[in-house]
Amino acid sequence: MRKDFDVSDCYVQEGKLALPYSYFAGRVGSTFITTLRDQRRILGVRCNTCGKVFVPPRQTCERCMEDIRNNWVTLSNTGEVVNYTVVNYDDRHLPRKAPFILALIRPDGADTPMVHILEGIEGDKVQPGLKVKAVFSEKTTHTILDIDHFEPVA
Amino acid sequence: MGHKKKNRNVGIVGIGETKFSSHREDVNQPEMVHEAVRQAIDDAGIGLEDIDCVIHGNMELFEMIHQPDLWHTLGTGAYGKDAFRLTTGGTTGATLCCAADNLVASGMYDTVLAIGFEKLQEGHTTGGITNMADPLWARKLQSGALTDQAAVKLIFEFGEERAKRAAMTYRIIMDKHACLNPNSHRAFGLDWDQMDDLMKNSPPLIGNLRLIHMCSQSDGACAIIFASEEKAKQISSKPVWVRDHITVHREETLDLCNNYYPNQTTHRFAARELYKRNGIDDPLSYFDVFEMYDPSAWWGVDWLREFFLLEGDAHLKLVENREIMITGKMPVNPSGGVIAANPIGATAMVRVAEAAKQIRGDAGPHQIPRPVNHALASGFGGTMWTVLTILEKELNW
Repeated sequence: MRKDFDVSDCYVQEGKLALPYSYFAGRVGSTFITTLRDQRRILGVRCNTCGKVFVPPRQTCERCMEDIRNNWVTLSNTGEVVNYTVVNYDDRHLPRKAPFILALIRPDGADTPMVHILEGIEGDKVQPGLKVKAVFSEKTTHTILDIDHFEPVA
Repeated sequence: MGHKKKNRNVGIVGIGETKFSSHREDVNQPEMVHEAVRQAIDDAGIGLEDIDCVIHGNMELFEMIHQPDLWHTLGTGAYGKDAFRLTTGGTTGATLCCAADNLVASGMYDTVLAIGFEKLQEGHTTGGITNMADPLWARKLQSGALTDQAAVKLIFEFGEERAKRAAMTYRIIMDKHACLNPNSHRAFGLDWDQMDDLMKNSPPLIGNLRLIHMCSQSDGACAIIFASEEKAKQISSKPVWVRDHITVHREETLDLCNNYYPNQTTHRFAARELYKRNGIDDPLSYFDVFEMYDPSAWWGVDWLREFFLLEGDAHLKLVENREIMITGKMPVNPSGGVIAANPIGATAMVRVAEAAKQIRGDAGPHQIPRPVNHALASGFGGTMWTVLTILEKELNW
């Protein structure tokens, strides 16, 4: 295939999009974030039809279509790694310098995992089932990063 | 001989609309979408298990989100079902209805749930919409979604005084309708004695387009369930039939530097083709209601002539004589239209939903006070894109 395209005198216009946005967390998401921030507790919600406990919480069980917004359950700050990956490249949107571990962590008491940063262990040592605990950040950002990271239970 | 579906007919059996509002901080996107979905399902009296396919759409970039159809599954009920996303700009909601109709008519699915949504307060509308312009020629020289193209055209043709009065008359009529619709985002209670004041003192935006003429930026969602004729008759005691729809677009005519279109508009072209193939000779007397995607009062006035294939000043007379009021000869937007609420990805679907409710006779306080058998609904998007849909009460065309 020919790859020697003639690009002499071909102008490339540089641009930049400015797209500010907000995201309305809703009452369910807000309760999760403020409880995490103010009480350092991780909340889930239970569907009384299928019995599943979801984290992050949601207003509706997408399988049963039940309204579960008020069925709050306090989950443990410990849990287990369901699966993980090692991020080996650097980019501005990433929360840590590479290499670092992103893991799916199921808090004890929940049926679903949530994604978070795993520290205090080398990537090649992690196994699904690894017991971990939440380490809360010292300064709040009013986001899911009020949990700074998870680390193995000593 | 009218234009007919080759395989099978399609009916609307469930309709859901959220209240439209400037802010919905109490719900996130999937939660807001779910409000409309729940209403549509309840309205149809069926369960989510009766839905075969879910289609979902909104404007690209407006909330700075990517693939919302996937994570909105928490609210759409698409878990385990066939589902996909459609986005065609302002016409998205209308295109979703076309797609749902086609999917059911083809025999692919018996029931399709179509969902349009927008949360305009979460994003930057003009930031998103300016990206439709060609980066080299137009992106640095445009006014976003705001244009007084129709004002220039109407003033040139009919003089400043008459054109401005017609636009403000249209605007006040739409507000009077909006005041009847409990879902309206904006309903001011405008009255005729405010005409002169508003024409002079409403904040100017571009040329003769003033803030009062322009549509709102709203949060909200709409959901409609489409079913095959056989299913529709089982599900609903009053299904509304989708007779036909047409989509026409042309990208070069809407130059945002305020020129007016010298050529035939896509609206007129769409209307002419649609009526011709359906044997409708006099649309103004045939239809009982028209739900128009009217982004501004100026466009609303101007487009009446296009959609009804009128000549001269017949469209101005419709407005001046207030024949487009809910009690008039040709009720236009008894819902209040797009100026009353504009959650863009849902907006064009709301036109179809409102037209269908008028045929069912259960629109609520803004129900037209006489029988509605034939309804027309339009969608509009940039740069110049038209979707026109005919709904019917009976299967007798």
